[in-house]
Amino acid sequence: MTKYLKVNPSVQKASRTAFGETLVHMGEKHPEIVVLDADLSVSTKSAGFAKKFPDRFFHMGIAEANMIGTAAGLALSGKTPFLCSFGCFVAGRFETIRISIAYNQVNARIMGTHAGLGIGEDGYTQMALEDIALMRSLPGMGVLQPGDPVETRKMIEYLSSHHKGPVYVRLTRQNLVSLFSEDYEFEYGKGVVLKEGKDIALLATGGVVYNSYVASQTLEKEGISSTVINIHTLKPIEEELIVHTAKSHKRLVTVEDHNIIGGLGSAVSEVLAENGIGTPLLRIGVEDIYGESGTAENLYEKYGLSINKIYEKTLQFFQESNRPGR
Amino acid sequence: MWEDRDRFVLSKGHGCPILYAAMAKSGYFPEEEIYTLRKINSRLQGHPDHVRFPFIETSSGSLGQGLSVAQGMAIAAKLNHKKYKIYCLLGDGEIQEGQIWETAMSAPKFQLDNLVAIIDANQGQIDGHTRDVMDLAPLKKKWEAFNWDVQEINGHEFHEILTALDKAQLERKKPHMIIANTVKGKGVSFMEDNIEWHGVAPTPEQRDKAIKELNDKVLKG
Ligand SMILES: Cc1ncc(C[n+]2csc(CCOP(=O)(O)OP(=O)(O)O)c2C)c(N)n1
Ligand SMILES: [Mg+2]
Repeated sequence: MTKYLKVNPSVQKASRTAFGETLVHMGEKHPEIVVLDADLSVSTKSAGFAKKFPDRFFHMGIAEANMIGTAAGLALSGKTPFLCSFGCFVAGRFETIRISIAYNQVNARIMGTHAGLGIGEDGYTQMALEDIALMRSLPGMGVLQPGDPVETRKMIEYLSSHHKGPVYVRLTRQNLVSLFSEDYEFEYGKGVVLKEGKDIALLATGGVVYNSYVASQTLEKEGISSTVINIHTLKPIEEELIVHTAKSHKRLVTVEDHNIIGGLGSAVSEVLAENGIGTPLLRIGVEDIYGESGTAENLYEKYGLSINKIYEKTLQFFQESNRPGR
Repeated sequence: MWEDRDRFVLSKGHGCPILYAAMAKSGYFPEEEIYTLRKINSRLQGHPDHVRFPFIETSSGSLGQGLSVAQGMAIAAKLNHKKYKIYCLLGDGEIQEGQIWETAMSAPKFQLDNLVAIIDANQGQIDGHTRDVMDLAPLKKKWEAFNWDVQEINGHEFHEILTALDKAQLERKKPHMIIANTVKGKGVSFMEDNIEWHGVAPTPEQRDKAIKELNDKVLKG
């Protein structure tokens, strides 16, 4: 279990906001950082960097493909570009990313904000629900999604100073409860165990990690002992941790604000299948349908990502699959 | 929907509240339904949804795609020997998308004189004035260079709008572009040309003040 756990529901911040603040600090330390945005700098929170470092910030206009190509050129010339837009718009220019950034294996940081149902009222067209699936399919592309503001900051610090190669980072519009202490250490590619149990394990990513954590506490009251793991790195996925968790629990549940096809649920399934592990798995997420408008809270309730719905689904899954004869 | 209707494609999909309001007033759906806008299970999505609400000709909200879709409709009309027209409303920030310029290239090739595009040239987008974010001036010359029939009008003058739409029927063999110069938030003192109002809903007090200002102006002429 992580020693950095410090869940504090009274401290909340959107991961996009934590990103924007950290980017300004990193800009001071790293002159090679450049930032591009496609007319959403106020929303993606790259505006802080724009203000502080106008010479290293580029308003690309509503022209995401051009932004991606330009970032690739900057990266090929030794810069570390952070290119920002809503996840749906930037991942939507898949083939441009595929060749200019991924195939070139450049140090570009693709920042996709307003991920998932969490964007709320704007509805499906602005809602990244397939971005993880797309980005995960590109060889050499790191796919990251922080679960709280502290982890976001540490992740951005790491990506500003150390990491080599292209990365897609998925951030939320909505506030996230602070889960970690300030001295949290981010480890690329490593899952973070938030809670240890023995019956069932919930593997969650991004904005729904906290909901999964609280749901798991409620499960204890039903006498179900549950583990919760925060998967901030969707690719490369930590295989050993998943194998170990699957072997040491009766049931697995994945929780993500993304289509269950191609996201965390798929990544975990692939590991289980390839290792010949038959632990039953429930994938909680958007069930291969389009999202819609509504408050984030209403949508989480309707699509099964609220604390209550995660709890209910997990409980039902556990009870059903525990019935004799199955 | 009847087959020979003119089509209207709202490429700048975020403008859909006004489209819904116009449709409600025209009898497409009961006016009370307007209040479900952006709420869960509503047909009136935050951005136009053709499947939930088939009166909408095409889903939009990811900027830059509507003109291509309108082009497809215009080609289909030609193939079917239909007389209806396709109207497509674009934002002046939206036309920074490369795909727009791909249609700028292709529509004249297909001689789509049944396609009428309109740019809401309000000089604004989310990150600022279009001239600062990504300037497209001289806009008229650009579309002319791509071989469109281009008119530039004051987009707040109804007679200019109607005349331009009529004129767009005359020129044959070319697609039509109407650059409508507008002011964001026109007629509301605290909204006019103020970028901060993009995508922001007024409070009830601000709404009342805005309606009063607009009524005063319209009634005084
Ligand atoms: C592909 C894409 N990128 C970004 C956005 C986010 N966005 C919504 S509205 C808007 C500004 C639009 O400006 P403009 O086209 O000038 O419209 P208007 O001024 O008429 O509102 C942006 C960037 C989007 N909807 N689609
Ligand atoms: Mg505009």
